[in-house]
Amino acid sequence: MFDNGWGLSLIVFLPLVGAGVVMAIPKANEELQKMTALAFAGVTFVLSVLLAFAFDYGAADTYQFGADLNWITAINSRYIIGVDGISLPLVVLSTFITVLAIVYSWEHWPEPHNPKAFLVLILVLATGMTGTFVALDLILFFVFFEVVLLPMYFMIGIWGDRNEITIPVFKRTTEMRLYAAIKFFLFTLFGSAFMLLGFLALYFTSGDFNGGVNTFSIEVLSEIGRAGLWGGTFSFWVFAAMFLGFAVKVPMFPLHTWLPDAHTAAPTVGSVLLAAILLKLGTYAFVRISLPILPDEARNWAWFIGVLAVIGIIYASLACLAQTDMKRLIAFSSVGHMGFVMLGIATLTDIGINAAIIGMVAHGVITGLLFFLAGSMSHRYHTREMARLGGNQKLMPVMGGILGFTAMASLGLPGLAGFWGEFMSLLAAFNPLEGLSQGLFRTLMVIGAVGTVLAAGYLLWMLQKVNFGEPSEEWAGHEFHDVDQWEMAAWAPLVVAILAIGVFPRIVFGATNDAVVQLVAKAFGG
Amino acid sequence: MNAWFADLMVLAAEGKEIELSDGGVLADFVWLIPVVPMVMAFVIVFFGKRSPLKGWGMAAGTMGFVALYGTVLFLMNTFGDPIYHEGTVHLADIGSQTLGAHIGDLMAIEWGWMVDGLSIMMYFVVGVVGLLVFIYAKGYMHGDIRYTWFFASFTLFAGGMLVLVSAPNLIQLIVGWELVGVASYLLIGHYWEEHENSSAAIKAFLTNKVADVGLFIGAIMVGTSVGSFRFSEIMAVIGEGGGDSALSRFAFWAGIALFIGAMGKSAQFPLHVWLPDAMAGPTPVSALMHAATMVTAGVYLIGRMFPFYNYDGFADETRWVIIIIGALTLLLTGLIALVQDDIKKVLAYSTLSQLGYMVVAMGAGAYTAGLFHLFTHAFFKALLFLGAGSVIHAVHSNNMSDMGGLRKYMPQTYWTFLIGSAALAGIFPLAGFWSKDEILASVSYAGSNYTTAQGGAALGNFVLVIAILGAFVTAFYMTRAVSLTFFGEYKGKAHPHESPKVMTYPLIGLAAGSVVMGFLNMPGITSFFTDSVGARILAPLDHHPESIDVVLALIGTAAAVGGIAVGYRLWFADKETQKLRDTFHIPVLYPLLERKYYIDDFYMDGIVRPVRGPVANAMNWFNGHVLDFVVNGAGFLARGVGKYVYAFDQRGLDGAINASAGATGASGGFLRVFQTGRVQQYAVMIFAGTVLLVAGFIIF
Repeated sequence: MFDNGWGLSLIVFLPLVGAGVVMAIPKANEELQKMTALAFAGVTFVLSVLLAFAFDYGAADTYQFGADLNWITAINSRYIIGVDGISLPLVVLSTFITVLAIVYSWEHWPEPHNPKAFLVLILVLATGMTGTFVALDLILFFVFFEVVLLPMYFMIGIWGDRNEITIPVFKRTTEMRLYAAIKFFLFTLFGSAFMLLGFLALYFTSGDFNGGVNTFSIEVLSEIGRAGLWGGTFSFWVFAAMFLGFAVKVPMFPLHTWLPDAHTAAPTVGSVLLAAILLKLGTYAFVRISLPILPDEARNWAWFIGVLAVIGIIYASLACLAQTDMKRLIAFSSVGHMGFVMLGIATLTDIGINAAIIGMVAHGVITGLLFFLAGSMSHRYHTREMARLGGNQKLMPVMGGILGFTAMASLGLPGLAGFWGEFMSLLAAFNPLEGLSQGLFRTLMVIGAVGTVLAAGYLLWMLQKVNFGEPSEEWAGHEFHDVDQWEMAAWAPLVVAILAIGVFPRIVFGATNDAVVQLVAKAFGG
Repeated sequence: MNAWFADLMVLAAEGKEIELSDGGVLADFVWLIPVVPMVMAFVIVFFGKRSPLKGWGMAAGTMGFVALYGTVLFLMNTFGDPIYHEGTVHLADIGSQTLGAHIGDLMAIEWGWMVDGLSIMMYFVVGVVGLLVFIYAKGYMHGDIRYTWFFASFTLFAGGMLVLVSAPNLIQLIVGWELVGVASYLLIGHYWEEHENSSAAIKAFLTNKVADVGLFIGAIMVGTSVGSFRFSEIMAVIGEGGGDSALSRFAFWAGIALFIGAMGKSAQFPLHVWLPDAMAGPTPVSALMHAATMVTAGVYLIGRMFPFYNYDGFADETRWVIIIIGALTLLLTGLIALVQDDIKKVLAYSTLSQLGYMVVAMGAGAYTAGLFHLFTHAFFKALLFLGAGSVIHAVHSNNMSDMGGLRKYMPQTYWTFLIGSAALAGIFPLAGFWSKDEILASVSYAGSNYTTAQGGAALGNFVLVIAILGAFVTAFYMTRAVSLTFFGEYKGKAHPHESPKVMTYPLIGLAAGSVVMGFLNMPGITSFFTDSVGARILAPLDHHPESIDVVLALIGTAAAVGGIAVGYRLWFADKETQKLRDTFHIPVLYPLLERKYYIDDFYMDGIVRPVRGPVANAMNWFNGHVLDFVVNGAGFLARGVGKYVYAFDQRGLDGAINASAGATGASGGFLRVFQTGRVQQYAVMIFAGTVLLVAGFIIF
């Protein structure tokens, strides 16, 4: 069933079909809407698991289950899709998180209610996310990459945090959700515009090296890139343009400022999807597009990316220490974790890129779960201020326990998923690709390692403020319901995934390693 | 078995060729030693409360299994042929190697189990001491609010340690290392309702995390330059000799980095600050943490990597650092023990001081001596902590000022505590005498046989003096503790009573261990311990005294007896010496000890608070006021420009064409809609534009 790209196309577009079906259901029939959405997301997830089983791991460096069809013939943009060992874990991650997001939503609708619209947005998002991971044509990639933007914009803008905030310096007052939504949207759009320019530049020059036929095909462009046919200032500017687009999405310091606001303002499920998957679109694009297509330029930029990544690690960790809002703390922590991912990529080694991919998957399940928890807690306490929480372990032991577990995973405890990405990107930084400055990268390794101490600091202090101590007077007489069945159903799989990847990292490396080794060998001459 | 393995065995045990056993089926199942506790920790969390003994049975059963398995292995290894076996399970390939001896090979993450003299010794100690502490904990923790949870974390604690010591590679060692760290965090913060306790837990975790930066970097340097994280591969490279191998080039810094890691877990100066605070946990936790698990991890790491620290051309030139750090720890922390009132703190500082001895031994190239002291110390320090726990249980206070005269009320606790104290002070013929004596002999040997960089020459002799002084101080503070606790008048308010059998029997068991364990290694008489820990894949090549150095033994004993005598004079006869003790409150020195050399204050006021406060806030401010200023500024600027452009468009161009008042009025109204400041509308416009763009592309 996966022949000719059918299965893969189903995985991408089934959620979109689901969105259409949900839209057709009368607004009053919420039960049916939920069941339909869950069914479509569930089938998609099952398909992606089947895909993972059908995947030929012996040939993980080739694109499998692909299709290559005419699409926009006028510009030779084609419907090319396929998965290899690098994208497979991310496809499964996307479909997995989508199902959990719907399960969690079952009884946790943010205001203003309207489950129908919310579910439609989740399903549209799902198509955009998986589509980005399987697209092998730059225009197709761009379309999916942008499709993601819109549902998330509405999610934040409509269901987001309604508290008033005052923008520093300018002293304007606005609702958090509006500010965050527009900032997210414009920031990403700003990056995308440059990214598109980069893609077009590649397209218009590709003909010279491809028998006069301009192409958007990532595979063909990678062939050209490997031969080193692009060079000089041209490739510098193209790389720079794409860098802007991807770095905003990751996000890398100093382009990250949309993230804390978007995460804090977004409804719980929005934050989860944003953290778990949307951020990976940027890092994935570096691995899939920037490195193979412009390898020489990647060498030139590596030090810069590495430095920004490590600044991000330290900067975000310090900013976390200053947060009083639990959700905002978790949001900032994402910047730090993505810093480790980018450090891995910047080393341009197979160990580093392996580290990056397991780091992406681990961050997806861990930070996804952290946002679920933060959402459920603020739902119960009606505040995210850590100073007012405290003694949560006493009021809600199960919730507190899961929070403790997840915080441990987030600080990179070995045996849990977060460790491998962090440790291995440090490992890679010790010995970056030949030709890169060893002295610089080793310095980055040491600074990055210090970042792990800061990360442990802010997470442990968060736990101390939220979980430990006696509950404040404020909550005396309140009845708190510990984790409910929908929460349990959404979180237990994440807990299991965190543990499973931590104990048995082959779950990820088994798919990625061959693909990554080949990618590095082809692009940088192994 | 690799070819180089056979060659290296010739080197083993200082040229003596020894028979090795592969341990047979018994060694094949050693993986159960770490796996059973790890699994049981989870089982206790989920099913403990419903089980008849509320989880204790499962926990103690687990430790019983480890103790039994460890004892059988230990006996076989000590009295039979030494065992060497390494089991490996391949977990994942993580990329290729481009630096070390195996260029092009894939580097792998592996899990496995090491069965050699060193790890077997640790299985035995962790199992046996652990079991006794677990039994004791049944009585001590009786009625605790989180009884089941306690035993789950406690099992995790032991399990993490066993993952660590069973590791045949550095990555698994790190995994176990951090598991021990997180379990200690849970246990120290067991009573997390009190802010002070959760702070102590965080302090322990973070201090260790700082040291882990060293461990990570050291492991990365060694692993990358060898091309494998396996100890056997690392030892193979070391066995081939220094030269200009990658490992040799990085050896100095890798050696320092790994040692920094060891300094965290083994609480060496100046990273020792977490250990005294770790007393916030229940006493059985302190007993296990200070004896068999956790603090031994650092010394174990140096022991595991010992050839790296001892072979020419590798990290042998870091040994002067190790010996200095060890000596500083030994003396400085021993002195702090003198001014403590909390009996557990006395013991905590004493542990630090003893860890200093072990590290000094390692720095002096005395592998066996360091490990032997680790081994004997595990018994008598566990004994002392459990004895202190028994006392605390009886008088409901940690402070010695609330104790006194307890020998009448609790004879079994008294006698066993006395044995433990004597063993710690190094009184002949108890266990501590033999191990401490061997350390003195080794340091003396180092002083005349190694270069200064290797921790010898002048340095060795200087450290020898410090070590003897340390013996004096040790005997001194233990005499003080025994006097204040068990002699004189009872000063507390509770009614002291002897502890139940479930608590006193483990004391007796550990007391027996404190007496006999030293006999395993009496220079010139027995060498069971030396032979069993010395038989490993690459010989440690340390110096081991063939016979007892009578002069040194007498000096060591004299120091101990002197310490007891001074302690006796000062504290034994309570009232008359009050004045004498007051003179002990020397200005400058006393506050210095009381404030623990101001190191904690420096860390808190000099590092932690500034980073959590001003530095973090500055970053946050920067984010909101500088980075976002650019972003928001661009936004507002664009909007402003847009407004004027639009106004120009409407009033200027259109206005010129239409020039009708009505149209101007209408467009003004339209304009006002745009000027409401509703960013949403702008977004929708941009959104619409994007949709058009994308649609344009698709239709195109």
